[in-house]
This record gives sequence, structure tokens and C-alpha cells, in this order.
Amino acid sequence: MSSSIQVNLITGRTVQQGRALEGSKHSDEYTRAAGIIELDPEDMRKLKIYTGTVVKVTTAHGSVNVRAILSPNAPHPGLAFIPMGPWGNAVINTDIYSVGMPSFKGVEATVEPIPEGKVLSALELMHELQK
Amino acid sequence: MTEEEVQKITDVVCPFCGCLCDDVEIDVANNKVVTTYNACTIGTTKFFSVNETEHRFTKPMLRKNGKFVPISWDEAIERAAKILLNAERPLLYGFSSTSNEAIGEGFKLAEEVGGVLDQTASVCHGPSVLAIQDVGRSAATLGEIRSRANVIVYWGSNPSAAHPRHMSRYSMFVRGFFREKGAKERTLIVVDPRNTDAAKLADIHIKVEQGKDYELVSAMRAALRGIEIPEMVAGIPKKDILEVLEIMKKAYFGVVFFGMGLTQTFGRHRNIDNAINLIRELNSYTKWIISPMRGHYNVTGAGTVWTWQTGYPMSIDFARGYPRYNPGEYCANDILVNGEADAALIIASDPGAHFPAKSIRHLAKIPVIAIEPHITPTTELAELILPPAIVGVETEGTAYRMDHVPIRLRKVVDAPDECLPDEVILERLTQKVRELKK
Repeated sequence: MSSSIQVNLITGRTVQQGRALEGSKHSDEYTRAAGIIELDPEDMRKLKIYTGTVVKVTTAHGSVNVRAILSPNAPHPGLAFIPMGPWGNAVINTDIYSVGMPSFKGVEATVEPIPEGKVLSALELMHELQK
Repeated sequence: MTEEEVQKITDVVCPFCGCLCDDVEIDVANNKVVTTYNACTIGTTKFFSVNETEHRFTKPMLRKNGKFVPISWDEAIERAAKILLNAERPLLYGFSSTSNEAIGEGFKLAEEVGGVLDQTASVCHGPSVLAIQDVGRSAATLGEIRSRANVIVYWGSNPSAAHPRHMSRYSMFVRGFFREKGAKERTLIVVDPRNTDAAKLADIHIKVEQGKDYELVSAMRAALRGIEIPEMVAGIPKKDILEVLEIMKKAYFGVVFFGMGLTQTFGRHRNIDNAINLIRELNSYTKWIISPMRGHYNVTGAGTVWTWQTGYPMSIDFARGYPRYNPGEYCANDILVNGEADAALIIASDPGAHFPAKSIRHLAKIPVIAIEPHITPTTELAELILPPAIVGVETEGTAYRMDHVPIRLRKVVDAPDECLPDEVILERLTQKVRELKK
């Protein structure tokens, strides 16, 4: 289970994430909606994992644990999607290219399964950043 | 509960996304939202989120030894005013989920404390604003699009996730004055690297390689001028590009709605600049317009109101006493990543959830005042909470729809306990700052 893959990571909106924005950011609903990574079936096969397995996503800008799920928007091999939120933002590129906008889409990332790993809640992620 | 106790409120405007759907109906009983009609799933959640829970702030709160304790409004306003006045470079950020009236008050406060004023467009359609300032834009209201458009393109935008009713109210799946047969008369083209729900509904899905939109637009512009293009551009075969161009050239009225797929990828405002120029060139064949899919319900208002007041839509620095504008230097993320801000007032937004980790690490080090109704990642970092009444549900206000049409939002229920409208909170803060400066 120690295989890992390289993906191009993008972040963006989903309906579940949108619903969880309104008054539920403290809740597990938000973690279930945005603490995930949507992977192509082919990439899941390479990692030898099923939906729900915790994976560690690492980029040059940080790393974060999220749950892998089978992408409802496949096929998109080599492309991975994390819904907009503190999980995705822990690993996106902070370069703002002189226009004030970080690179929320298009970041090289490594995904590796860590089945025993824990996905932190949004508030716990903030506490990590306070340290 | 008897029938009499339930009151139906009609013509409610949904304060979630830039669609500002104005056909929502809400059943209210005992000052609680019990049912919503017509709103999408996200809008419905927003209306229900106002019902008081343990996760709603209803009194001003101060963090003492890591825990929030309630304080009086007078004390809260005085503390907040002092934090902003004592700071060298305070950041005032957010504003896109509140009323124009509050946005206007935000400018007065920023000017008074010599702060940096920014809104959520800087992590959303900020690059679009820059491109539009550079090259202009051919625009129309959503009403006109609904009445006339027969070719509809969503480029780097997934309305099925971010604007759930956009396609059924304004563009594709709706009858219009000149489009009596609705969707049967329209062609839907979606440009997206993933097979999103919108792409699944499309007549044509252009599965562009992620981050290669600039190349694709350039190829389309070249082909439009009769220049030979390569066999494959951005993962799309030449034949498909030419086919789509033919459909676009023959449209009666075409529209491109674009989103974060263009603004948040490499190239940013240059992607939009290029796309606008494609639309400009298509106008030598037929009528085409291009329109950003604005996210927060009043992000358009934040840009518009500040442009009346200061000349600039976002990223405004008042350090010298007069407004200066420079995205890339005065955007919220610029001054956080560079470690410049030494205090922050966050209103109607959640940078804790939506800014990159590096920005949040700095935000965690400085005093943060949050005008925010619920527990969010931002309030976890805040030392002072000023609880607002939610605009469009608990208080009235005006907002701009994504096509710059101003709409008056309605009040549905009373705000709980001590919550005050954003406008009032900011007005009191400005007054207090003026008083302390004397």
C-alpha cells in the first residue's frame, strides 16, 4: 500500500460544499463535503484504494490528509479535485503572480494512501496553522 | 402548529449566489423558517441557517483565555475601534455577502483608519475585473440573455455546483421572449477539463486540458481570421475547434459565461483578456456577449459601490489618506503573505476557509475582528466577534445581481437577540474611531 501517484490538483465548488458553507463549517458535514479528493478510477486503481481511504496530499506548499473518493466527474486521469475549503487551501500554490490571486487550480501534487491516517476538521486545521 | 401560525412570505430574494433568484417563497412560523419554495439546495440551507443554534453568535464575544465570553456592544465597539486605530496597517476584508449600504460604510471606516480595503473578488473574479479594465466587455442583462440567446457557453465554470438555478432561470433550460421553445432552440457548450454535471447536460463538451485555456482561445482567434491552426490544441482536435467556431459564428445571439477555470489558473487576467478579445472578434459575425459568473450574491455590489466612492473596485489602500489601487500589492493575500497587516476586520466572508495556508498563518498572529453570524474557521482565529443580522433574511438591503441589476432584498424573520445589521455595526465603529481620534 505504499504506492503513490503524481497528479495535477485543482480546487473548486461542489453543491455539497456550498450547502456546508451556510452555518455548518464547525460540523462533520463540512469535513465530509470538502475534506475529500475526487480521483479518477484509473488513479484509484494505481493507488490500490477504495472510496473512503484516507490519503495524504503533498505539494511544494504543504500537505493535508483527506478522504479519497471516486470522482463523479470522471474520466480525468491525472487530474485530482479537492472542493474549495481549508483542506485544499493547505496545499495550493500561494504565488500570487502580481494580481493578488493564489493558484487555486493547477498545482503538482503527490497522493499516497495512509489508511490509518486522520482527516482533521476545518477548525482543527485552523488550530494547526495557529501553532 | 395551526395553519394561522404559518405565514407565507413571497418575492423573497435569495442571498447566496450572484443569481439573486427573486422568486423564492418562505413559510415562517414563530419567527423561524419552516419551508422554502423555489430556492435551490444551497439557498434553502442559507435560509435555514438563520434559525438560532448553539453555533450562531447572538451577542458580541471576546476571547478570554481561549474561550469566548459575551460582552456589551459598547465595549465591543470600543475594543474593535482601538484595535483598528492602534494598527499601522489594518486590513478590512470581505463585504461581498452584505448589502450595498454596509459596503459603503466599510469604505468610510477604511478611510478613517487608513487601512487596506479589499473584497472577495481578489480571490475570485479579481483577474476578470483587471481584464475588463484593460479591454472592456460586451455585456447584457440576464433577462436579455434569457430572451434572445441561442448559443450558450459555460467556460471554466460549473453552474451545476456554484449557481444551481442559473441554467434553468437565465440561460439554457428556460423559455424566453424570442426563444419560445426554450432549450430546443438553444445549444449548450461547456468548456471544462472534467465531465461536470453541466458538461453532462451539454450538447458539446470541449474537454480542454487543465490550464490550457489561453492556448485554446488563441487558436480559436487565429482560426477565426483564417490562419491555419495545429492538428491538436490544448487536447482538442482541430476539427472540433473549427466545428464549434462555425456554431458560434452562426449564432443568433451568443453568450460566454466564464468562471474560476479562467481566473484561478496560470495566466489569470490574461486568460480573460484573450477570451474578451475572442468575443469582440466574433461580434464582426453576430451578436456575442461575455459575462463573469459572480459567486457571492453581492460581490458585484462591492466592486460597484467602491468604484463610485473611490474610483476603484477592490484592493484599495488608504495609508496615505487617499485611495490608491494596486492589485498584486494591496490585495488581502498580498498583505497577509508579505506579513504587512497588523490587524484585520473580516466581514461577510471566511478567509480562514478560503485563503491559502500561508496567509492564514499570518492572520493567526494578528488581532482579528470578525463580523460573522456563525462559527467558521475565521472565527476560530478571531479575538472579537460582532454578531450581524443576516442581510436578505433578517434585515433588508440592496444587492447587485451578477449582471449589475440592483435588487432590494427582503426581511423574512427578526434577527436573534443582540444581532445588528452590518451597516449599523460599521457605522458605529466609524463613529467610535472618529471620537477616539479627537
